[in-house]
Amino acid sequence: MLLARVLDDKFASLYRGGKIHGGVFLGRGQEALSVSIGLSLRKGDIFAPLIRDAAGRLAFGETVLEAVRTYLGSPLGPMRARDGNVHRGRPKDGLLPMISHLGAMISVVNGALMAHRFKGISGTVGAACIGDGATSTGAFHEAINQAAVERLPLVLVIANNEYAYSTPTSRQFACENLVDRVTGYGVEGHALDGNNLETCLKTVQEAVGRARRGEGPQMIVARLLRLCGHGEHDDAHYVDPLLKKESYARDCLKLAEEHLLRQGWAESRDLETWRNEAVQQVEEAVAIVQREPAPDPYKENWCALASKHLSEGNNPAA
Amino acid sequence: MSITYLEAIREAQAKALADDPRVFIYGQDVGAFGGAFKATKNLAQEFGGRVLDAPISEDAMMGAAVGAAIEGMRPIIEIQFADFSTIGFNQIVNQAASLFWRTNVSCPIVVRLPSGGTSGGGPFHSQNLEAIYSHYPGLVVMTPATVEDAYSMLLEAVAIDDPVIFCEHKFLYYHLKADKLPTEALPVGKASIARPGRDMTIVTYSAMVHEALAAANELAAEGNEIEVVDLRSVRPLDTDTIMASVARTGRLLCVGEAWPWGGVTAEVIARVCSEGFDLLDAPPQRLNAKDTPVPYHPNLWAAHRPTARSVAQAARKLLRL
Repeated sequence: MLLARVLDDKFASLYRGGKIHGGVFLGRGQEALSVSIGLSLRKGDIFAPLIRDAAGRLAFGETVLEAVRTYLGSPLGPMRARDGNVHRGRPKDGLLPMISHLGAMISVVNGALMAHRFKGISGTVGAACIGDGATSTGAFHEAINQAAVERLPLVLVIANNEYAYSTPTSRQFACENLVDRVTGYGVEGHALDGNNLETCLKTVQEAVGRARRGEGPQMIVARLLRLCGHGEHDDAHYVDPLLKKESYARDCLKLAEEHLLRQGWAESRDLETWRNEAVQQVEEAVAIVQREPAPDPYKENWCALASKHLSEGNNPAA
Repeated sequence: MSITYLEAIREAQAKALADDPRVFIYGQDVGAFGGAFKATKNLAQEFGGRVLDAPISEDAMMGAAVGAAIEGMRPIIEIQFADFSTIGFNQIVNQAASLFWRTNVSCPIVVRLPSGGTSGGGPFHSQNLEAIYSHYPGLVVMTPATVEDAYSMLLEAVAIDDPVIFCEHKFLYYHLKADKLPTEALPVGKASIARPGRDMTIVTYSAMVHEALAAANELAAEGNEIEVVDLRSVRPLDTDTIMASVARTGRLLCVGEAWPWGGVTAEVIARVCSEGFDLLDAPPQRLNAKDTPVPYHPNLWAAHRPTARSVAQAARKLLRL
């Protein structure tokens, strides 16, 4: 989660320096929850992260280089500059690249898990991440219901970070707690404070384990506060100052570091060394990518079909 | 022995399931019930576990198809009526259609859309949505007009590594018959000449091929030889065959059952005007459904869609221009 924070900070600074085209979306304040998902999954599992999951992605196996290449639009990145920022992944390795339409990735995870069942692969799990805003979509409802009907090993992780862009949860849903919905869907639920790494690891690992053992879909609702704007273009002036005083609003990274020191598992100079190592790793990746060539429109094949012979190409009358 | 258009679709799916263990069918009522139109009759019994009833969740059905395709399956999704595909529209046009271009991972799925009007269907069980899907890069859109094409093109759709929108016409389901299933077929992307002629070209597809052929018969009795081009697939669109036909006849009427604004008929005419303007002896014409939702009552419905009669009328007018 430290590496993810450092990487996110670098993206923010590159954005402010005008080095990134398009938006930058950070996971500040959500790293403890996110990394717990990545750490609980293993090879062969399916993971559909969302915009604030740099930590989970890295823990699942994405490299810093892939993340930087996508943000800086390198043709050597997994998206080859055709898509950018948080829209990155390697579908064949189980890392699904999100589309922007919220809730849409959950049923894609379901389908991948159905495929495993068809192929006789057992013991795999699929995790999908969404925020409080996406729980209002039809796609969310259809997909969690579908997972329940098929009794799929889906772990749906909801980061309730109080705001969907600027909209507070009071304008998003009217139930007391999102986790109360599990009865209606017929799935198992887990609620927790999302800024406590220990709790996150324990809860997510338990939910993933239950799904893996065939106990059906699991829904996790983590309460936390987004410690940044929706994107780096957003100063988040609308965040209620009272919320910032809540215990779940404290920075998960600071809490984790304090915990390490308190337990005697690390000293402050260790924390400093780790941070320096992370900074170096990120700086090296950025330096590599900045030397890579930009995408060349003349080398682009402009073909959206795998069946090249059926493509009509750039010229509609060709 | 004869086989209907609907039975051909059922047979093609049976063959796809039998030939390839990666194929499965997912849709509402497709399991033991055999589908709202019986296009999957007995398939659940024959191919246990690979023909699954879905909840009424077109978005999740399509999303699941994409996920399964990524993991190596070749799903066939039956949308009960083409009209309901709008609920799954996002997953089709944003998820499925963009996947290969974004990630280099192909997305071999077939979305079967029972399309088009039947008497009494009304506004929400009669739509033709080929134009809106053709608009999106990354999709193949098929519109078979014959029993043979319904069979061979559906098999080809399953074999293609891209998402295919398979617009099967409900009006043709029961009354269109062939003696036997085909053993060979034109490849997808090639239009066919359904009837040769030298005086005018009618370019059309799906159920309208039969209205155009009936109109051509009527005009033949009046001494005019009409060429009817069956597009077979509207995306890709076989511009070469269209252009060659217009070069022979000099006159073009484009007929579609879909609404008039934009769409396949407009695309055909745009291509002919920009690429082959000098081949034309008269302004190209188009005939579509009326610009309203599809009406319920048979009297209104018959007047809403192009018919042999209105096609013949439009053709006569064009011959005089």
